[in-house]
Amino acid sequence: MKAISRTASTTAPSAEVTGARSFARTTRLLMAPAVIFLLIWMLVPLAMTIYYSFQQYNLIMPMYNGFAGLGNFAILLSDPTFWKSLANTLIIVAASLLITVCLGLALALLFNRTFVGRGVARTLAVAPFFVMPVVTGLIWKNMLFHPVYGLFAWVARQLGLEPVDWLAHYPMLSVIIMITWEWTPFALLVLLTGLQSLPEDQIEAAKLDGASAWQEFRHIVIPHLGQVLYVVVMLESIFFLTSFAEIYTTTSGGPGTATTNLPYYIFQTVFQQNDIGIASAAAIGAVILANIFAIMLIRFIAGNLNAGAAR
Amino acid sequence: MNSNRFTNGALGVLAWGVALLIFFPILWLLLTSFKTEQQAFTVVPNFFFSPTLESFKMALAQGSGYWHYAWNSALTAVASTVIGLALAVPAAYAMAFYPNKRTDFLLVWMVSTKFIPAVGVLIPIYLVYSAVGLLDNALGLTLLFTAMNLPIIVWMVYSYFRDIPKDIVEAADIDGASIMQTLFKVVLPLALPGLASTGLLALILAWNESFWSITMTDHRAATLAVYIASFKSAEGLFWAKMSAASVLAIAPIIVLGWFTQRQMVRGLTFGAVK
Repeated sequence: MKAISRTASTTAPSAEVTGARSFARTTRLLMAPAVIFLLIWMLVPLAMTIYYSFQQYNLIMPMYNGFAGLGNFAILLSDPTFWKSLANTLIIVAASLLITVCLGLALALLFNRTFVGRGVARTLAVAPFFVMPVVTGLIWKNMLFHPVYGLFAWVARQLGLEPVDWLAHYPMLSVIIMITWEWTPFALLVLLTGLQSLPEDQIEAAKLDGASAWQEFRHIVIPHLGQVLYVVVMLESIFFLTSFAEIYTTTSGGPGTATTNLPYYIFQTVFQQNDIGIASAAAIGAVILANIFAIMLIRFIAGNLNAGAAR
Repeated sequence: MNSNRFTNGALGVLAWGVALLIFFPILWLLLTSFKTEQQAFTVVPNFFFSPTLESFKMALAQGSGYWHYAWNSALTAVASTVIGLALAVPAAYAMAFYPNKRTDFLLVWMVSTKFIPAVGVLIPIYLVYSAVGLLDNALGLTLLFTAMNLPIIVWMVYSYFRDIPKDIVEAADIDGASIMQTLFKVVLPLALPGLASTGLLALILAWNESFWSITMTDHRAATLAVYIASFKSAEGLFWAKMSAASVLAIAPIIVLGWFTQRQMVRGLTFGAVK
């Protein structure tokens, strides 16, 4: 409602039709650069990817290039590595989501209490989120996971255990640990922000009514955090679907194809096999996968937008 | 009451324990950066050692190329942020103060481009860039960072503009100020803190970016992310140097990040969480 009245009152001073028309032209001119920029850098390439996915197009064997119909998709669907990469992608998303959200929620509740030095402790706990993913990969690969010189190996030896070659024997778990280390702070940060907007009086009222800590959590905190949790899950899904740097710097998708996810598979298909057609077909797969989450999230953001306008 | 105080104390200790555990890998990186290569690469880790700046000197030495990569990182991050703001401010201004029936759609459309995975546009951009000479080129990388951050920048600037009371803008309009005068004389000064934190967020995201840097640059326009990733095959040889280079690359961002936590949440969740 507010949006409509705002438009009406701002256009009121220039009541003449010509004035209103030049007004509209000016606002269109103001928006055009950003819109055109995003069209050129995002939508045009996306359309080209779709086009390439129907072409046989190999950079080192140009003599066979031409229309391929659904050929690339047929090759892709019969390639076990593609299926493996799809499965790996989903495992990374599901496991990382589960861990970061549960751990993030527990930590948010913990850090929402008052204790000595809370500000400093919270600041330390969110730091990993600001670390360059490339650096994350190298810290874990070299200084923690390394089977001889890594810290984990030393700890294992101190405990009288056999040191584990993490990246060789538990590659997927290692990747998930790294991603979790980076993104739990994000979940913590967002959920903590959500918790802090919880009205004090609701908690007080529940306490007066004799609610237990669990009842308070189940019936007040969780419903209040519902939206925030939804946003965290959707956003993290989209980011986890595109995990790349952690894999690139540590396992390079291996051993074998153990940690090859969809982005890494596409990366290899373009830069090692130079196969534009197949890589484009796989990229379409990645876009479709991301869209499943993105559509829900965008709907939510759009809904929020209207709620904001009605305020 | 007493047991309650005990629980509180115990939970406080637990929170500190978890915080230190989470921070430990960064601390370990920091410690390693103050070691010599011999101290860094040992079977029994050195927890106590006399710190040395040797590895930082090595990392920053003439032949290391550190400054080349740091310059590229700074240039692309700053330039992409400036271009992003220059594109976003007029668009957000028009959408926040002069909305029409297409405004909501346009805004949501812009936000939605953020959710196209990078691999979805990688191939055509790589081919076009190689055809027009933007591969391994700072301008090419800058424009990609701009495209990557523009949806977030537009959204954030829009949300800060919406916080400005409409009466102020209407008063300026009635006084006969043109749209551009209102923008520069009234709106921008009021939104300056918001613009600053938006810029900071865009800087952080561009500085930490690795996918586009790794795929689109080789040496000439390579950023710190590419340089540090190149240590991935340096088994044991340069751990201290790698740590020093990494510390220099992440320290400013961690400090900036600590100051912009709230803006980070606001921007990355597109206002769903404030």
